[in-house]
Amino acid sequence: MDFLNGILVKPFADMAAAPDFLLQVLWEGLVGGVLYALIALGFVLIYKSSRIFNFAQGIMVVFAALTLVGLHERGVPALFALPLTLLVMLALAMAIERVVLRPLVNQPDIILFMATIGITMFLIGFGELIFGGENKVMITRELMIPTDSFIFEPFGGFVSIEQKDLTAVVGAVFLVIGLLVFLNKSKIGRAIRALGDDHQAALSVGISLSTIWVIVWFIAGVIALATGIVWGARAGVSFALEVIAFKALPVLMLGGLESVMGAIIGGLAIGILEKVFEIYWGQPLLGGNTEAWFAYVLALLVLLFRPQGLFGEKIIERV
Amino acid sequence: MFYRTAGQFKTSYQADHALFPVRQDAILLAVILVFAFAVFPLTASEFTFRALLIPVLIYSLAALGLNILTGYAGQLSLGTGAFMGVGAYACYKLISIFPEMNIVVAIALSGFFSATVGVIFGLPSLRIKGFYLAIATLAAQFFLVWLFQKWSWLYNYNASGAIQVPNINLFGVTVAGPRASAIVQYYFVLSVVCVMTVFAINITRGRIGRMWKAVRDMDIAAELVGINLMRTKLMAFFVSSYVVGIAGALFVFLWRGAAEANLFDIPLSFRVLFIAIIGGLGSVLGNFLGAILIVALPVIISAVPRALGLPLDAATVEHLNIMIIGALIITFLIVEPHGLARFWAMIREKLILWPFPH
Repeated sequence: MDFLNGILVKPFADMAAAPDFLLQVLWEGLVGGVLYALIALGFVLIYKSSRIFNFAQGIMVVFAALTLVGLHERGVPALFALPLTLLVMLALAMAIERVVLRPLVNQPDIILFMATIGITMFLIGFGELIFGGENKVMITRELMIPTDSFIFEPFGGFVSIEQKDLTAVVGAVFLVIGLLVFLNKSKIGRAIRALGDDHQAALSVGISLSTIWVIVWFIAGVIALATGIVWGARAGVSFALEVIAFKALPVLMLGGLESVMGAIIGGLAIGILEKVFEIYWGQPLLGGNTEAWFAYVLALLVLLFRPQGLFGEKIIERV
Repeated sequence: MFYRTAGQFKTSYQADHALFPVRQDAILLAVILVFAFAVFPLTASEFTFRALLIPVLIYSLAALGLNILTGYAGQLSLGTGAFMGVGAYACYKLISIFPEMNIVVAIALSGFFSATVGVIFGLPSLRIKGFYLAIATLAAQFFLVWLFQKWSWLYNYNASGAIQVPNINLFGVTVAGPRASAIVQYYFVLSVVCVMTVFAINITRGRIGRMWKAVRDMDIAAELVGINLMRTKLMAFFVSSYVVGIAGALFVFLWRGAAEANLFDIPLSFRVLFIAIIGGLGSVLGNFLGAILIVALPVIISAVPRALGLPLDAATVEHLNIMIIGALIITFLIVEPHGLARFWAMIREKLILWPFPH
């Protein structure tokens, strides 16, 4: 009885008793969710255009952030380091396309997946070799991101919203809108979607596979840089960030591997739900740290009813 | 020249499907076994046992378990490390609840625990396919490792949260724990791995193995010819997790001696997956080749700068190590996506024809 009370009644009573705390939890969850959504977006873009399950997206986030901070440490002004980092990401995209993807065209999915794990390991070693393995501070102030907090007092309580989180959310919204416009309105965006629909048909009308792949991996790199700045501002830049890649995978399951919309909605939903679950159920009942698996179990349950995720393309089996 | 197959006629289907259709294969295997059972133990040092021979065998066994699931039954799994953990923790609990239990029995039983857990986490495979299933197995990975940390009953309420292997005797010889000698452990692991390999070879070339391959190649077609998908897939999860669980029990009891929950985290799963893929999916031999490569590489790479006299500090070597392994994995995938087992198949083909080109 006590147990049932702990599951069914007490968490909601706690929520009602301290609505300002609930709001704070929701906001934290939302910010986390935006980050998950951004990483998932990088995955989705690459999966859509090349059917490659890019495990390296998480490490690209770390690599981009490290490059930015590392360049600044070596005396490059922040606003100049930013375009320089973008150049590095472009070079990375070209190198990956040339060295890894092109020789592996037409191989089974799992081989390409393993290759991206190989890229991950290479980038971990390479990044640590050049920039060192210790935790670094993101150059938030130099990039002119405000670091104060807004304080609200709803319901006579206390909610604090950090401005850098707000910047992150607003920035992410613009990034996503820009990406959607690019994918849906521009010529290159149309080519990317064509490749996603049918490789051979796209090739036969003259779309260059390798150019598009470089572009897609570069966009994924840009998203990685944005994610890296935001996450680095919250938690510092180190290879521990790599674990957030694993947080994005259930987002993909929930939203569907091919859906940009799914990545965003799935990311936000998982960010908020896992935070709420951790605070109100996980810590009192299960000893905490449920964030490690909650998203996976949630996505698994959803998948049992919709095997292609909430927004994924319906899987049609042909015999 | 060495692989002359002329004169070896098959006059029945039975002979055609024999374990060694070519006599030279059997001779080669016998030579390898003589090396494994007699030559290595006589020549190897303590370091070689601990750093190379024992881990190669244990990783081969784990990869063999994964290969049954991924290579033969076509169900991609990223949760191998956690299932190894289930085997290890189950064995630890069995030994600490029944201290008199024979270690062989304890290890054999602990496989059943991981097999049960494997079947539970294999249930989604009936609905989910491909990468979605791969991510679903990650749910097992993260949930189980979390459980190993939080459920203190599993590690007997230790303050450290780690499991320590006690000294265990078998027929008067210490086989596990701090007092065990490496050579005894090597023989123990080698025997278990041999038994499990024979079991795996026979199960994969028999009726069950054919059912798995049919499901892997096209599950709908397999269903149409009368294969019960649910039973076949779950059986693959059961057998695979059983082998993986035993590998996990050996991993902690015969090699590491102690383990914390995060030992079974995702890097271990990926390591085993690498071995299976670089060795070759859908092959038993490949697991051993892959394990030799993946275990030996770091040892060799870290020995090279010292041998050349390069003044590199340990951290740099470590980073270079990760980088080179990543690059090598990509290279291997590009050169031979079907793995080292295919390499051996090609060499064997050439040996049979040699000195003629065709």
